[in-house]
Amino acid sequence: MAIILDKVNYIYNEGLAYERAALKDINLTIPDGQFIGLIGHTGSGKSTLIQHLNGLLKATSGTIYYNGEDIYDPDYSMKVLRAKVGLVFQYPEHQLFETTVLKDVQFGPKNLGLPQLEIDLRSYEALKLVGLGEELIDASPFELSGGQKRRVAIAGVLAMKPEVLILDEPTAGLDPCGRDEILNQISKIHKEQKITVILVSHSMEDVAKYVERLVVMDDGKVAFDAAPKEVFSYYQELEKIGLAAPQVTYIMNGLADSGLSINRNVTTIQEAVEELVTWWNSER
Amino acid sequence: MIRDITIGQYYPTNSFIHRLDPRVKLIGTLLYIISLFLFGPSYFVRSIFGYTLAAAALFTIIKVSKVPFRFILRGLKPVLFLLMFTVVFNIFLTPGERELFRWKFIRITDTGLKTAFLMGVRLVLLILGSSLMTFTTTPNQLTDGLERLLNPLKKIKVPVHEVAMMMSIALRFIPILLEETDKIMKAQQARGADFETGNLFQRAKAMIPILVPLFVSAFRRAGDLAMAMEARCYRGGEGRTKMKPLVYEKKDYTAFLYFIIYFVFVLLLRKLVTA
Repeated sequence: MAIILDKVNYIYNEGLAYERAALKDINLTIPDGQFIGLIGHTGSGKSTLIQHLNGLLKATSGTIYYNGEDIYDPDYSMKVLRAKVGLVFQYPEHQLFETTVLKDVQFGPKNLGLPQLEIDLRSYEALKLVGLGEELIDASPFELSGGQKRRVAIAGVLAMKPEVLILDEPTAGLDPCGRDEILNQISKIHKEQKITVILVSHSMEDVAKYVERLVVMDDGKVAFDAAPKEVFSYYQELEKIGLAAPQVTYIMNGLADSGLSINRNVTTIQEAVEELVTWWNSER
Repeated sequence: MIRDITIGQYYPTNSFIHRLDPRVKLIGTLLYIISLFLFGPSYFVRSIFGYTLAAAALFTIIKVSKVPFRFILRGLKPVLFLLMFTVVFNIFLTPGERELFRWKFIRITDTGLKTAFLMGVRLVLLILGSSLMTFTTTPNQLTDGLERLLNPLKKIKVPVHEVAMMMSIALRFIPILLEETDKIMKAQQARGADFETGNLFQRAKAMIPILVPLFVSAFRRAGDLAMAMEARCYRGGEGRTKMKPLVYEKKDYTAFLYFIIYFVFVLLLRKLVTA
């Protein structure tokens, strides 16, 4: 049970002057329940790739299998696929349209044709998952703050109970506090609901802290695909494709270069603190 | 589907047509449109000649402009409905002497067929010709040209600069709003929205989740733009100078000459061919 991408190619504006290959021969396997980070600089094909996973874009060539079924098979229902693979776009608050928060969250489950009771249950549950207070359910989504709007939009996708949740830069434009809150909630949802989460980001700090696997894209190709620690150990190569390891990795490397006997392969501040404390104790 | 709408878009290449002064292209397009209306269904054979000439001229310009023909044709897709509408109505509702077909109240006359054909051709040539202008001229150039051409109207207190600025902003926003629509459509599709099935009423209702966010974002963008313009001290056309003032060059006069020759041909054709 997984998503498998087999030699997926995608060309934008095929046959025109603007023609551009956005995905080049992508082979990926995404097993159930994994928390994956997808990074790459602007124009590397991240957003194009995730739109393939729920069938919004159709690959120019290649095949995608969801749970062993070819999603490009004429008999395969895209509607069913989109219910299972939830996609939260960048700046999802721009898609809100209903008069109340609750109604907007209900839009997704309603489209699935569920009974009203189930719709209500799922909507309340989703709003609770993203940490939105009950006092806001009947507010107009346009009156909320930026961070709250985003939660409503994410809840709108969660209410469809997807098996795979894809988030395109869910923290773009949020302050550090709002960013941590959203990421913590996503991480919590991943643990509690046991769903696959794909987090698109270009903040190394964000992904290093949460994900268990990191896919790095460059120029429409997969450049690295490994655990974050392993990927960040290639920080010099990452710089060449316009990315960087978390800042703390650089600090630890700098300290190690100046003669401290510490582990270079550190990606979060927490780890760095522990590493330095151990070193300090051993020195004394 | 939404990406097929190419009206008002600029196609960047470097051709003779692209480099022309925008005023030449504006006047040329106007002459071309007038020439299309000089022929009508009352003289069928003469109109066929006229539209052949107009089509030949248009295709020559398209060739010179280096804009791929397929790209221009895509611009016709969204108006296909209007085109069909025009043709069908002209076929069935034009009274004429010779009836070719009659069934209850539906009847087709020879004049109806001829009118429908000419109207269809005229509409296609009109759309192709005017979209070619926007393909080869950036919105900025277009407004610059328009502003200069309308300058005399300032004497009678017409806010020419402001009108030109509004036009350029409107044109500039077409691709942005199209992109936005595409994005919102995808976002709602990801939430299970369905725009393709259902009856007319259901489909119209399915547009609400697209239209509401689209309007919200259009107002937001308009507000942001107004703020950004004010922050850069924009206060209308009073005393405003240009970084690149428009100056006619030799190639522009050459182009004018071609347009005049074309127009003279059209007038001659109108005078000489009688049928």
